[in-house]
Amino acid sequence: MSSSLASPSSPLPRGSAAGRLSVRLHRFRLLDASGVVVLAIVAIGWAVPLIWAMAVSVHSPDEPITASNLWWGSKPTLSNYAQAFQIAPFAQYYVNTILIVAGILVVQLVTISLAGYAFARYRFRGQNLLFFLILLQLMVPSSALIVPNYSTIRQLHLFDTLVAVMLPYFGSAFGVFLMRQTFKTVPRDLDDAARVDGANWLQTLWHVYIPPARPAMVAFALSSISFHWNDFLWPLVVTNSTNSRPLTVGLAVFTQLGEIGAQWPLVTAGTLIVVGPLLVLFLVFQRQFIESFLHSGLK
Amino acid sequence: MGRPQRVSRLGRRPRSGAAVLPYLLVLPTGFFVAVFTLWPTVRVAYDSLFLQNEAVQVPQFTGLGNYAALFADPAFRQVLFNTVIYVIVTVPISVALALVIALALNRRLRALGLFRLAFFYPAILPMVSAATIWLFMYAPGYGLVNVFLGILHLPGQNWLGSSDLALFALMVVGVWKQTGYFMIFYLAGLQGLSREIFEAAELDGASAIQTVRHITLPLLAGMTLFVTTIAVVNGFETVDQTYIMTGGGPTNATTMLLFDIWQTLFSFFDLGKASAMSVILIAVLLIFTVVNFSHLERRATYE
Repeated sequence: MSSSLASPSSPLPRGSAAGRLSVRLHRFRLLDASGVVVLAIVAIGWAVPLIWAMAVSVHSPDEPITASNLWWGSKPTLSNYAQAFQIAPFAQYYVNTILIVAGILVVQLVTISLAGYAFARYRFRGQNLLFFLILLQLMVPSSALIVPNYSTIRQLHLFDTLVAVMLPYFGSAFGVFLMRQTFKTVPRDLDDAARVDGANWLQTLWHVYIPPARPAMVAFALSSISFHWNDFLWPLVVTNSTNSRPLTVGLAVFTQLGEIGAQWPLVTAGTLIVVGPLLVLFLVFQRQFIESFLHSGLK
Repeated sequence: MGRPQRVSRLGRRPRSGAAVLPYLLVLPTGFFVAVFTLWPTVRVAYDSLFLQNEAVQVPQFTGLGNYAALFADPAFRQVLFNTVIYVIVTVPISVALALVIALALNRRLRALGLFRLAFFYPAILPMVSAATIWLFMYAPGYGLVNVFLGILHLPGQNWLGSSDLALFALMVVGVWKQTGYFMIFYLAGLQGLSREIFEAAELDGASAIQTVRHITLPLLAGMTLFVTTIAVVNGFETVDQTYIMTGGGPTNATTMLLFDIWQTLFSFFDLGKASAMSVILIAVLLIFTVVNFSHLERRATYE
C-alpha cells in the first residue's frame, strides 16, 4: 500500500525532520492515545458493510442466516456466485459497461483535444461566446435533463442501444476546459518550430501538444471511467434489455427479480460480482485513482 | 475574405490561413453540448408550460399551470422537503467528518494507509451496489444494524419500512458513501500547507485545538467551499438509494426530486409535470453550480 493516498499537489519547503516531528506530535497529542482507538473503531465500522457482504456471499444457501450464524457459516461455498451468473447475464453486463465506458472515453478524448486546442491556440470570431456556451454544460447537470434527453433518444430511434447510453456524454465542457488550460502551458515556440518544419495542425497537435498533456488526460480518463462505470439513472431510462444494460442497471434488475427475494447470499454474490473487479483495480492503481478524483467533481 | 487580420492586443499571433479550422475543431464538442445540454434545457422549460399526460390527447398550453399544481400538491411539497432535509443533514455531517478524519490521518504512518482505505473505498463503489449492501444491513431480521443494536440492548427497528426512519437510513448511506471522497480533498489540502506556519504556532505555544481552529481551518476554507458545493449538488441529485432501497416509500417518505422526476415520467407518464420538476431542479442546481464554476480554474490546474 502506498504510504500516502493523497499526494501533495506540489512539493513545498519543509522544516527540519526534528521540527516536523515535534509539530506533528504536538498537533496530534490529543489524538494519539484515545483518538487512535476511536478512529480505529470508526474505520472498522466503515469497512464492515463490505466485509459482511463478502462473508455472506460465501454463506451456504442451505444454512439460514440467523443471529448466531451471521457470517460465512459452517461450510463456505462459491456456489452463490455460480448461481448468480446463471440467473443474470453478468458477463454480458460487463461487456456492455466496458463498451459504454470505453466508447465515451475515446470520443471524449478526441473532442476535448480538438476543442481545447482551438480555444488555446486560435483566435476566431465568437470564440468567447462559444466557450461560454460550452461551459454552460457545467451548470446544468445531465441528470436534470433526463426527461428531454429521453425524448431525443426516442426521436432518434436509439432507445435501448449502447449508443443511447453514451451519446449525451460525448461532449465534455470540463474536459475542454482542462485541455485548454494544459495546452496553454505549451511554449508557443515549439508550435512555431513544428510549423516551420512543415507540420500541419494535426501533426502539431499530435506531436507537440498531446505528449505534455498526457498526465491531465490520464486524470481526466480515470474520472470519466469512474463516473460512467457508476452511472445509473440515465442507462436505466434508455435501456430495456440485456443487450444494452450496463452492470449498475443489471444489478438493480437482478436484486429485484421475484425469484431472488431475500436470498442474501445470492444478492451479495451478485453485488460482489459487480464491485469485485473495481475494488481490485482500485487497490492496484490507488494513487492514480485518487489523483484523478482530486481533479473532479466531474460530470 | 477581404477583412484585414487584426493584431491581437495581447501580441499573440493568430494562426494564419485557417479561418474555418478553429470552428471545425470546436464543432464536435459544440454539437453534442448543443444537442444534449443547451437544446434540452430550452425544450424542458418549454414542455413544462403544457399539460401533457395520459388524460389529454394533444398537449394543451397551461402557462405556469404545472408549477401551480405541483406546489399545491402536498406530496410534491413533501418531496421538496425530503430533498432539502437530505441535503441539509448529510452535507455538513459528511464534510465535517471528512475534515476530522483527514486531520487525524494526516501523518505518514503506514498503518494509517489501511484506515484511509477503509474510509475511501465506498467512494469508488457504484451507489447501486452500495445501496444493495445497505438494503441487507438494514434488513429487519438479521441485518447487522439491528444485530448491533441488540448487542447494545436497544430494540431493533424496521429501518426502511418506517416512514419516520427510512429517510434517515438513506442519509446514513449517503454519509458513509461520500465522506471518504471528501476526506481525500482535505488530505490533499493539508499536505499542501506550509509547515513553517505550524512551527511558528507551536513556538507561540498554541494548543492543538487552537492551531486547528485558527490556522488549519482558515487555510482550508477554500477547500471547504469547494467540497461543500460538490456535496450539495450531489445531494440534490440523490436518486440511486431511493430506487434500490425503498422505491420512494413508505408513503413518499424517501422520494426526492430526481426520483420523483423519473417516476412522474415513467410511472405516471406526465411529461408536463416531469418537465416542470426538472426546471425546478435545474434552477436549484444553478445557484450552487455557479459557485462550483468559479472554482473551475482551481480544479483544472490542480496538478
